[in-house]
Amino acid sequence: MNISPEVQFDLHRRMVRIRLFEEAAGRLAEAAKLPGFLHLYVGEEAVAAGVCAALNDDDHITSTHRGHGHLVAKGGDLNRMMAELMGKSTGYCKGKGGSMHISDLSLGMLGANGIVGAGSPIAVGAAFANRYRKKGQVAVAFFGDGATNIGAFHEAANMACALHLPIVFACENNEYGEFTPRDQTMAITDIVDRAAGYGMPGVIVDGMDAIAVHEATLEAVERARAGGGPSLIEAKTYRFYNHHGVQNLGLKYRSDDEVARWKERDPIFTLEDRMIENKVATRQQFDDIWADWRAAIDRAIQFAEESPLPTPDQVLVDVYTTGGAR
Amino acid sequence: MSEERKLAYVMAFNEAVSQAMEADPDVFCAGEDIGAFGGVFGTFGGLQAKFGTDRVVDTPISEQAIVGLGVGAAATGLRPIVDLMFMDFICVAMDQIVNQAAKLKYMFGGEATLPLTITTAGGGGLSAAAQHSQSLEAILCHIPGLKVVYPSTPYDMKGLMMACIQEDNPTVMVKHKRLLGMSGHVPVEPYSIPLGTANVVRPGRDVTIVAYGRMVHESVAAAEKLAADGIECEIIDPRTLQPLDTDTIVASARRTNRVLVVHEAVRFGGLGAEIAAQIQEAAFDHLDAPVGRIGAPFSPVPFSPALEQHYIPSSAAIEAGVREAMFRNKVGA
Ligand SMILES: Cc1ncc(C[n+]2csc(CCOP(=O)(O)OP(=O)(O)O)c2C)c(N)n1
Ligand SMILES: [Mg+2]
Repeated sequence: MNISPEVQFDLHRRMVRIRLFEEAAGRLAEAAKLPGFLHLYVGEEAVAAGVCAALNDDDHITSTHRGHGHLVAKGGDLNRMMAELMGKSTGYCKGKGGSMHISDLSLGMLGANGIVGAGSPIAVGAAFANRYRKKGQVAVAFFGDGATNIGAFHEAANMACALHLPIVFACENNEYGEFTPRDQTMAITDIVDRAAGYGMPGVIVDGMDAIAVHEATLEAVERARAGGGPSLIEAKTYRFYNHHGVQNLGLKYRSDDEVARWKERDPIFTLEDRMIENKVATRQQFDDIWADWRAAIDRAIQFAEESPLPTPDQVLVDVYTTGGAR
Repeated sequence: MSEERKLAYVMAFNEAVSQAMEADPDVFCAGEDIGAFGGVFGTFGGLQAKFGTDRVVDTPISEQAIVGLGVGAAATGLRPIVDLMFMDFICVAMDQIVNQAAKLKYMFGGEATLPLTITTAGGGGLSAAAQHSQSLEAILCHIPGLKVVYPSTPYDMKGLMMACIQEDNPTVMVKHKRLLGMSGHVPVEPYSIPLGTANVVRPGRDVTIVAYGRMVHESVAAAEKLAADGIECEIIDPRTLQPLDTDTIVASARRTNRVLVVHEAVRFGGLGAEIAAQIQEAAFDHLDAPVGRIGAPFSPVPFSPALEQHYIPSSAAIEAGVREAMFRNKVGA
């Protein structure tokens, strides 16, 4: 497949946006300005960017506890995202959800999720509704390697295949679930081996290569839209920071050497090198892109900081559509 | 001497598990990240190094299979401790807990014995939002066959955890996330506190406060303020929520004639409703005021600290609840 320079820039910009948002969130968390848990997506940007660039605005995604990258890649509003992380009333969830429940239904983003594996069955439901309405939309379920060990994932994959639904299962295999290495929790090396058991095609892609992820997704999405049923994409990737927060806190579950080796394959810098080498882009263009988005992130932080906190009377609002017990 | 020894709540849990494992080779632990990492709250810290990977098992992220592992191993002669990282995740394992663990003995005509301990961490106050902050103990207490334990101090933690492990029925041991670092007196030697025995945390003549988990400490803070105004609260911590030590609660109600039940869970359908009902059944003639209930509003736990701080019952709310119970007396008198 030939990925045009425009699309390459699109992938790059999505990744830069995620990177800068996440780095800023990490800094704010370290300065104790963000409450709650924070699972950063840094290192895995090529997956969200490569997948979401293959989707339309009205296609659906379900996300995970590590969900900011998915929403940014789907076109999320940085101001409202940052405000949500700070628990402000102008945030995406009016301060009620926070990092782990960030969502934008108008962009088809059906929520980050605090329950590992819970997104996949919801994506099956979205795929079902999409086919039901016959508008050609697809659904993508993002999930981690660890999430494939939970019943919800297996039930979702099987049902999607049994019902032949327009869905793509996008696995971000970063080799760890929290602090436990993947090889201690499953007897297979490649998540993609599971695909055959449900009767869907599966491919492994380099999750540090946005173009490769994008190409694989285009194929899977095209199949889904054409009525060809579900697919599984396993993106081999890596998170650069700790499971939650930034610092590794002296934890020794990953060797410094392993982290360094993956960082050498930084998905953004390797794409930049490639585009410059192929004379698709210049360093100056990239510098401008980084500067533009840095400014956007600064504006988002300012917006969030200046936004009001929710008032206590909001606690009981939106429990039900109307009415309800007290 | 051991009277002087202080230990954090989390380490009291750890010590109970460690001593139980030393005493009984049939005790083992399984859960997510509990081995090399020692559990996300440090509850199982050092145990794998001490007892090996056969007895402290890192599991896949598979809550149903984790509890199922405990059910099957318990039914076939071992004494498992299985950990569900957050109380919210019991929902993922609900079939194994409710339809299997709780009922096996009864359904099999008494033949099966399930010495299973399920440990988990409940409660809010960390801005962990709606899926990592819940207090779901009332759901568990509603299931015949389960026992539910919720310690409020390091001392109770060690003794109750020991009792859970020795217990021949499935028990759920809930740790409160905000109490993990709390330090207090814990004897070095092994001991257990019988399940179903309440603790009178503070004696008082005017009003009884029934509270468990973190709310015990909020109640103590409220009681200290009220004492300055001459209102003496008796605080009772049931410690075990199922079976509930109704006798101790009712005896106190008969003495003080006023009761306030406090919990972090939502008020509607909470333990407070059950406790209030039992008190009015057993001590109706002794009551000078309706049994009051303090609990969270009927909504999921909100993320923003600006909301969560109003959501979780505070000592101020408890104080107001007590004053309301006392005020009725003045009006009536
Ligand atoms: C049902 C459930 N069990 C456990 C957890 C705690 N937990 C949060 S993230 C995580 C690891 C998830 O691993 P993976 O799916 O590989 O995603 P990654 O964090 O690596 O992106 C765990 C165990 C949870 N949130 N939900
Ligand atoms: Mg992972």
